[in-house]
Amino acid sequence: MALIIKGLSKHFKNSEKATLNEINLEIKTGEFVCIAGTSGCGKSTLLNLVAGLDKPTEGEILVDGNRVTGPGADRTVMFQEHGLFPWLSVIENVKFGMKIAGMSNDVQEKRALYYLEMVHLQDYKDYPIHQISGGMRQRTALARALSMDSKVLLMDEPFSALDKQTSNMLREELQKIWMETKKTILFITHSVEEAVYLGDRVVVLSPVTGSIADIIKIDIERPRHVYATEFVNLRHQILAEVRGEAV
Amino acid sequence: MNIIFFLLVLVLFWQGFYWIGVDIFRWWKPYAVPSPAGVAERFITLLKSGTLIEAVVNSLVRGITGYFIAVIIGIIIGLLISHFNYLQKNLKPIVLGVQTLPSVCWVPFSILWFGLSANAILFVIIMGSAFSIAISVDNAIKNIQPIYIKAALTMGANKKQMYTNVIFPASLPELVSGLKQGWSFAWRALMAGEVMTTSTGLGQTLIMGRDLADINQVMLVMVVIVVVGIIIDKFIFSVVENRILKKRGLA
Ligand SMILES: Nc1ncnc2c1ncn2[C@@H]1O[C@H](COP(=O)(O)OP(=O)(O)OP(=O)(O)O)[C@@H](O)[C@H]1O
Ligand SMILES: [Mg+2]
Repeated sequence: MALIIKGLSKHFKNSEKATLNEINLEIKTGEFVCIAGTSGCGKSTLLNLVAGLDKPTEGEILVDGNRVTGPGADRTVMFQEHGLFPWLSVIENVKFGMKIAGMSNDVQEKRALYYLEMVHLQDYKDYPIHQISGGMRQRTALARALSMDSKVLLMDEPFSALDKQTSNMLREELQKIWMETKKTILFITHSVEEAVYLGDRVVVLSPVTGSIADIIKIDIERPRHVYATEFVNLRHQILAEVRGEAV
Repeated sequence: MNIIFFLLVLVLFWQGFYWIGVDIFRWWKPYAVPSPAGVAERFITLLKSGTLIEAVVNSLVRGITGYFIAVIIGIIIGLLISHFNYLQKNLKPIVLGVQTLPSVCWVPFSILWFGLSANAILFVIIMGSAFSIAISVDNAIKNIQPIYIKAALTMGANKKQMYTNVIFPASLPELVSGLKQGWSFAWRALMAGEVMTTSTGLGQTLIMGRDLADINQVMLVMVVIVVVGIIIDKFIFSVVENRILKKRGLA
């Protein structure tokens, strides 16, 4: 198991009830798991806990058997807002994590170029961040996250700040990249369509109880197509579950 | 170019007023009103005798020395305040309070400690600017977008790497404007110190003008103080500031 979440609860001091309640989840190495749920149900809270950016009230998180006590490079996060550094160029941003990890300049350069090519940004590698589009920024952030080669890649609605078209294009690319690299990914989204499109499993969080309402296995062959009957049916089923839990 | 034309017109008006008010109607005494011609005359005399250059150089060297010491002290205090919660709560309010003291208030203290020496002036400069620099350092760090810190944390940055690779570059634009403001405080403090003590410099030249009842010299020195201040601001700080902002697409 790459990631084990055991009896995880989070109760913020100033809120009446626990945001997360007894979450149990195991993610296999190479698995793509999506967390879906309505706005405010605690998706980001869960991701922050796994990232080590916040501490759980109860329970624990294990990554390859090691207990999470704080943030670390084995759990790189890709945020909704790109979080790129405006004082660095595209390629320097991609190299950042590798530099922190103390890799040699040659390795940094080679790997950065490899991942920039994967997200089709090799021609923009020396651009400053403010001169590339929002979609390109998220691609840069994706390349940066991939280049860390962490045990688990955490993504918090990475495409939701983009327009629909760009967002669809990026998720298609992410599917392709995942098929090539088989990274372990915990992906958070409010879009059921996105979850069904990307995930091996979709975990539905309930905003009422703060626990897992259902886990649905997605047995559709990749590459997936959003108009396939199988896809549409599954999407409707999960959407009903998400909505049903919301009332 | 526009501004030069504007200044020229301004000087012409000034000379015109002098001519009307002093030469024609004799409303004002000549020793009470500076004139462009008089200032220019003093300028040439003091330039030829070397007094002016010496004063500017002395003041600049003193100002820059004091400023550098203040920058070092200010950055250290600022980093400490921003890093340790305890100091943030307890020391920062004091620094904030002391920072509001006009630098001239440090002069009596300084003279009691160092006499009428150059060190007395350095002390005034340091006290007059270090605390404002400390506060800007703390603010600059506080205003860093949290996502930069979070991103670096999840890429495994330790404390030292965080400071060198994120906190420093992220706060740089604000840091530079804080340093720029620190310089303007240092420059003012320098004048406060020089006016009160006896070391040669612009402040002393100004006081000499007063003692000689030479209003043109007084005016000249004031103009020189303004010009030197502007030159340093425009040709050093603003240049650096603009380059940083441009690189990040903020200007
Ligand atoms: N630091 C905090 N302090 C107190 N309450 C918090 C804090 N962070 C989140 N919450 C609360 O926890 C709940 C879940 O927030 P969270 O950000 O995890 O939701 P989300 O599922 O990610 O929503 P969205 O889809 O809008 O991003 C919200 O009710 C929020 O008010
Ligand atoms: Mg969220």
